Amino acid sequence: MDAKRYELNVQLAQMLKGGVIMDVTNVEQAKIAEEAGAVAVMALERVPADIRRDGGVARMSDPAMIAEIKKAVSIPVMAKARIGHFVEAQIIEALKIDYIDESEVLTPADEECHIDKTRFSIPFVCGARNLGEALRRIAEGAAMIRTKGEAGTGNVVEAVRHMRTMNREIRQLANMPVEEVTGFAKANGIPYELALKVKELGRLPVVNFAAGGIATPADAALMMQLGCDGVFVGSGIFKSATPAVRAQAIVKATAYFNDPVKVLEASMGLGQAMPGLEISAIPEEQLLAKRGW
Amino acid sequence: MNRMERKHPDAAGKRIGVLDLQGDVCEHLDHLTRLDVAAGPVKQAKDFEGLAGLILPGGESTCLARLLRAFKIDEIIVRKFRNGMKLWGTCAGAILLAKSLVGEAPHLGLIDIEVERNGFGSQLDSFACLASVPKVDPMPIPLTFIRAPKIVRVGKGVEVLLEMGDFIAAAESADVLVTVFHPELTPSLAFHRYFADKCGLSTADGKTVATDWDRTSWMKFARINAGDSEPCPLGDVAEAGCSG
Repeated sequence: MDAKRYELNVQLAQMLKGGVIMDVTNVEQAKIAEEAGAVAVMALERVPADIRRDGGVARMSDPAMIAEIKKAVSIPVMAKARIGHFVEAQIIEALKIDYIDESEVLTPADEECHIDKTRFSIPFVCGARNLGEALRRIAEGAAMIRTKGEAGTGNVVEAVRHMRTMNREIRQLANMPVEEVTGFAKANGIPYELALKVKELGRLPVVNFAAGGIATPADAALMMQLGCDGVFVGSGIFKSATPAVRAQAIVKATAYFNDPVKVLEASMGLGQAMPGLEISAIPEEQLLAKRGW
Repeated sequence: MNRMERKHPDAAGKRIGVLDLQGDVCEHLDHLTRLDVAAGPVKQAKDFEGLAGLILPGGESTCLARLLRAFKIDEIIVRKFRNGMKLWGTCAGAILLAKSLVGEAPHLGLIDIEVERNGFGSQLDSFACLASVPKVDPMPIPLTFIRAPKIVRVGKGVEVLLEMGDFIAAAESADVLVTVFHPELTPSLAFHRYFADKCGLSTADGKTVATDWDRTSWMKFARINAGDSEPCPLGDVAEAGCSG
C-alpha cells in the first residue's frame, strides 16, 4: 500500500466518525442496520455471543455470505480475518469489500505475528487494549483502531477499561519531557516515531472506535464521552428483544452523546437488552481480548 | 475543556456552521479556521443562529438522513435556507441536498441535480487526483474521492463547475454548492474560501494552500477528553465540540 492509498484508507475511517458500526449475520439484518442509520456493517456468520457459546475454531465467514450482504446495502461493508491469517485477508480483499477487521473475536491463526497490512490496498481496523498495542498495529499498517473490550458479553466494563487505559497513557506521553519518551516507548513496545506523534497530537494518530460489550444507548454515549470517535456494536443489537428499535436508539445516542435529554429519549421503551456476562465468570482462556498482543 | 476552539463571529455577526451529526466535521472546521472564518459545529436548533452558511460534511448519507429527520433538523435547514442561509454539501452532503437520487427518494432536495450514490464502487476504487476549476482557483486543485457519488445531471439554474469524464464532480446554484469530493481532506483552502465568499464573509488574505496541513490536522478539534469531561448542562450542549 503506498502512502496515498493509506491516506485514503485513513480518511474513509474519518467519514465514519460519530457513527455506529453494527455486526450482521445475514441480508435481513444488514438492511435493518442500514435502515437504522449504521455507518457500516460488519458481515460475519455468528455474532461474538454465539461464537463464545459454540466454542471451537472461529474462522473467516463464507465469502458468499459476505458478498450477499455487500450486494444488499449501500453503506461500507467490513469483514473479519483471523489474527495473522493473511490469506483470509487476501480473500476478503479480492471480494472488494471496504474494510478488514483483523479480529481477536476469531481464533488467532498466528500467535506471534499479526498481518503485515502494508502489503494490502484494502484498509484494516485492529483491536487494542492499550496505547502500545494500538501503535504496534498502526506501525503494521492499520488505518483505524478499535478498543477491544470483551466481545459477546454485553458488559461494557472491559471497553471502559481499555479506553481509559489508552487515554491515561496518551496523557502521560503528552505531559512527559521528550527525553523520557524513549524509555516510555521501550517499556510499552511503541515505535519511537509514533510515540512522538501521539505526544504532539494528544490522541491516537488514526480514528479510534470503541468495541466489545456495548449493549445500550447509554453504553454508546459513555464510550463517546470517554473520547472515542464512534462505536462498534456486535451482539448488542441482534441479541436484544427489539433489534431495529435498539439499533436506531444507539445511533441517536451516539450522535447526541453529550446531550442527556436526547440519550434519555433514546433509552426509553427498548425492551430487553441482550443478557450480559460477568467477566469474572468467564474462564481465563476464553477471554477474547487477550488474543493478539 | 472543549474539544474545539470557537472563533468569535465577525463584525457582521455571521459565521459558517458545520452540521455535526456524523462524519468529517472537524476537518471542515479546521479549514474554515485557517481562513479566519468564524465557524462552529451545528447540532441543536440554537446553533443555527447567525449562520450565513452551513456545510453538510462527508459521512454516511443514510445515517445523516435518518438523524436529520428524527431530530427535525431537516425542517430547520429548509427554513433557514429560505431565509438566505447558503449551503455546501461535500460527498454525503451533496447527496442530502440533491433534488433527485438515482433509484431512491431524495432528502432535502434544495438543488436541482441528480446524484448516483456509490458511483465508483468499494473503498478500493477511492482515489485522489488534481483538476482545474477555474471559477474557484486559478491553480489546479487536489481532489479526494472516498466511495464518492456522481452527479449525473444538472437542471436549470445550476452551473457545472467541474466535469470529469462521464460525471459532474462540482456544481452550484445561486445559493447551494455541491462537491462529490472532499476539499477538507486536502491542503487546498480554495473551495472553503469560495464558499465563504458565497456566504458574503471575508476571509484571510492570500493563502489558498495550507502548507502546514497534514492528514492529522483535524485532530486539534478532537483530542481525547477523558478525565476532564463534565456532563453538559441541560439544554446547552453546543459547546461540547464536534462529535467526531
